[in-house]
Amino acid sequence: MTQYLLRTLIAVSLIVQCHLASATSTPTHQNTVKVHGVFEIPSLEPTRSGYAFNRMQILETLVDVDHTGRLTPGLATEWNVKDNGKVWEFILRDDVIFHDGTVLTAKIIIDNLNLIRTKPSALKKVDIKTIEAIEPNRIRITLAKPYRPLGAVLAHHSASIVAPTAITASGEVTDLIGTGPFSVYKIAIPHKLVVKRFDHYWGQKATIEYASYLTGHRSEARVLQARSGQSDIVFGIDPAAIPMLKRLSGISVIQSDLPRTLTLKINIGHPLLSDRRVREALSLSINRKGIATAILKAPQAATDQLLPPSMNDWHIQQKSANYDLKRAKQLLQEAGWEKGAENWFEKDGKPFELTLITYADRPELPTIATAIQDQWKRLGIKLTVNITNSSAIPAGHQDGSLEVALMARNYGYIADPLGVLIKDFGQHSGGDWGSMNWSNPSIQATLNRLVEESDPKKYYAQAQQIATAIYQEKPLIPIAYYVQQTVVGKRIKEFQFDPYERNYHLNTLQWKR
Amino acid sequence: MRALLIKRCLQLLAVSWGVGTLTFLLMWALPGDMAYRIAAGRYGQDAVDSQAAELVRSELGLDQSAWSAYWQWLLDLLQWNLGESLVSGMPVAGELWHMLGHSVLLAFVGIVLAAIIAIPLGLAAAYWRGWLDRFTLALSITIRALPIFVIGLLAIVIFALELNWLPVAGFGTPAHLVLPALTLAISLAAVSNRVVTVEAKRVFSAPFYEFAQTKGLSTWQAFVHHGLRNIAVPLIAFFGVQLITVIEGVVMIESLFSWPGIGHGLAHAIFARDIPVIQGAALMMGALFVVLNTVVDLACYYLDPRGGNVR
Repeated sequence: MTQYLLRTLIAVSLIVQCHLASATSTPTHQNTVKVHGVFEIPSLEPTRSGYAFNRMQILETLVDVDHTGRLTPGLATEWNVKDNGKVWEFILRDDVIFHDGTVLTAKIIIDNLNLIRTKPSALKKVDIKTIEAIEPNRIRITLAKPYRPLGAVLAHHSASIVAPTAITASGEVTDLIGTGPFSVYKIAIPHKLVVKRFDHYWGQKATIEYASYLTGHRSEARVLQARSGQSDIVFGIDPAAIPMLKRLSGISVIQSDLPRTLTLKINIGHPLLSDRRVREALSLSINRKGIATAILKAPQAATDQLLPPSMNDWHIQQKSANYDLKRAKQLLQEAGWEKGAENWFEKDGKPFELTLITYADRPELPTIATAIQDQWKRLGIKLTVNITNSSAIPAGHQDGSLEVALMARNYGYIADPLGVLIKDFGQHSGGDWGSMNWSNPSIQATLNRLVEESDPKKYYAQAQQIATAIYQEKPLIPIAYYVQQTVVGKRIKEFQFDPYERNYHLNTLQWKR
Repeated sequence: MRALLIKRCLQLLAVSWGVGTLTFLLMWALPGDMAYRIAAGRYGQDAVDSQAAELVRSELGLDQSAWSAYWQWLLDLLQWNLGESLVSGMPVAGELWHMLGHSVLLAFVGIVLAAIIAIPLGLAAAYWRGWLDRFTLALSITIRALPIFVIGLLAIVIFALELNWLPVAGFGTPAHLVLPALTLAISLAAVSNRVVTVEAKRVFSAPFYEFAQTKGLSTWQAFVHHGLRNIAVPLIAFFGVQLITVIEGVVMIESLFSWPGIGHGLAHAIFARDIPVIQGAALMMGALFVVLNTVVDLACYYLDPRGGNVR
């Protein structure tokens, strides 16, 4: 009897201790998944820094996106598109509460969306007439004209839903109170964010208790973090370090394809680049396979098409062009260029000379730029490479000073690439991150009409027509699809990479214990 | 003493105005459209476009003339207002205060560690001379020739990767401070240990020191009563001069170790063309330099009360 009582007492005290420990726990090495990434968190405002808050699963959107770019239920369980795409109705999930205990209602969603429309965001660019509640759990968005990518726009991080208690009367977001599986434990803008498991989450509850995100700007520092095994997940690893990291035991290197393309933006209005044969020659002289193998460490990433096979409406069944330096030289000669002194191509005594700008936010870009410099030198074209800030590309587009730019364009910025493509190719002047002075009125009209197209077969046919025109006329010259290099440590399992970079899936991670 | 303090207060005002003005001129002279740079910092690389840049331009009034912007900054400064960050929208003073705390901690621990390394090593080299003196000289030259980030990388490789004793980067625990402070300390100690050696040799061979030993004082007594203070004056003055190395060093060290100090903040503000933060950070660093040099002068004044020559 005494023994029984003693055992019961010990068991009860253990349970109480465990309970107390969990109630007063703080982040430690043992209970925290450490994520190391490239990008800072410049502010609390979701329209600016929402990508970080979505990825760390603090804030959620009305609609979600799966790994293939298909829209899936988020805070809305289902939606219907009516009146030829002018009216969208969303049925809200009814068991959602914010981290501060506030219950999610249609009014909160409507207030959030109306506020987001007043700020720089993807939603601001949509011509919305009204957003109204038609039932307590159902909202209706009425558009001035049909807009096919609306669902994808609502899935964008800038359309994240925040609790009313976190928003001031002037519409400023002063706190991060969302509905995700993690709530904010601590934030040190712009470097660090620590999140804590939210036990009342409506969906799959997390197993891990805490997760921290630390910005590491220098690629060397991120590689060292990965190598040391002190971080559990390190994103944005420089491909040059991949062979070394792959040799280490206890960590996994994961290569993931993104709907982001490394491409050359060409100013077609420039006298040296207006001839299609010249652009074709520039394209043929790029050894894409070599770049993808030696620099990106992913030979399969080489491409001369803008959008990846996963976006099949926009990917044409075209055999990829091979590297053909001889044909490239022939094309330049057909365009009136002749070999001059020191093997450079010349016309009227002037050498073929261009300036390429790129930026170092993505560590591969400067290396690829210098590889292209060397490959075009073999062709007979002088290329000067300027490493600058990413903003120099839209600025150079607007003031017309840009000649060639190397960039990593994200076609999954909004899950439906149509929105980005209209922005990039929809006007004669082109887009800040798209074509420059490429005039093809029929293609541009077709592209703008597609937002209203609801028949999938017609949509596919027109998308193919546009993709073919871009492929043939080369207002942009794609080099390779972007490959995200991620290192995952030995402490965790069930890591999933989201190609749309919206979610780190922390709530599905498990400890390997 | 009072004259020194008044003089330094006037210097502080002049440095604040000079650093702020120079930073402003340099920022306005940089090529590239400021609105685009700020938009890239605010909205990220994927979202920076001409619409975002125009929004930034109209919101921040970037169309105003450089003179009008400078005048506004000067008026704000006279009211102790450093403005708001163009990227985060938060008050610059608050951001700087947060960053400064981290930088001062790093600099303080770095300097203390440097003193702990340099003083015994320098004294030992001066006392025993021979191979130890030659070895510390060679080591000092080698370390001084290395850029500070190389020292940092070596420290990471040894202590974080091979021995796995310390974290590679980050902040939040005392362990995170060790490697950045050690890197800074090694860089500082590389020169200061030589200063200690030279000064100690000078004092050890001085007639007054030899007389102290001749009159019967032990080696230790002679050192404590006649050596320490004489060596300390030039050494502390040199630490004052080295503060510039500290300010230079923290920019690289903070970036390498993801340490959220003022150097790191300044580097990022320059990339994002966040002028109020750049001006505020430069101003703060300039002011800090004057204040710390004043502290060094006061320490020297205390150690050598003959004083007049210290001023």
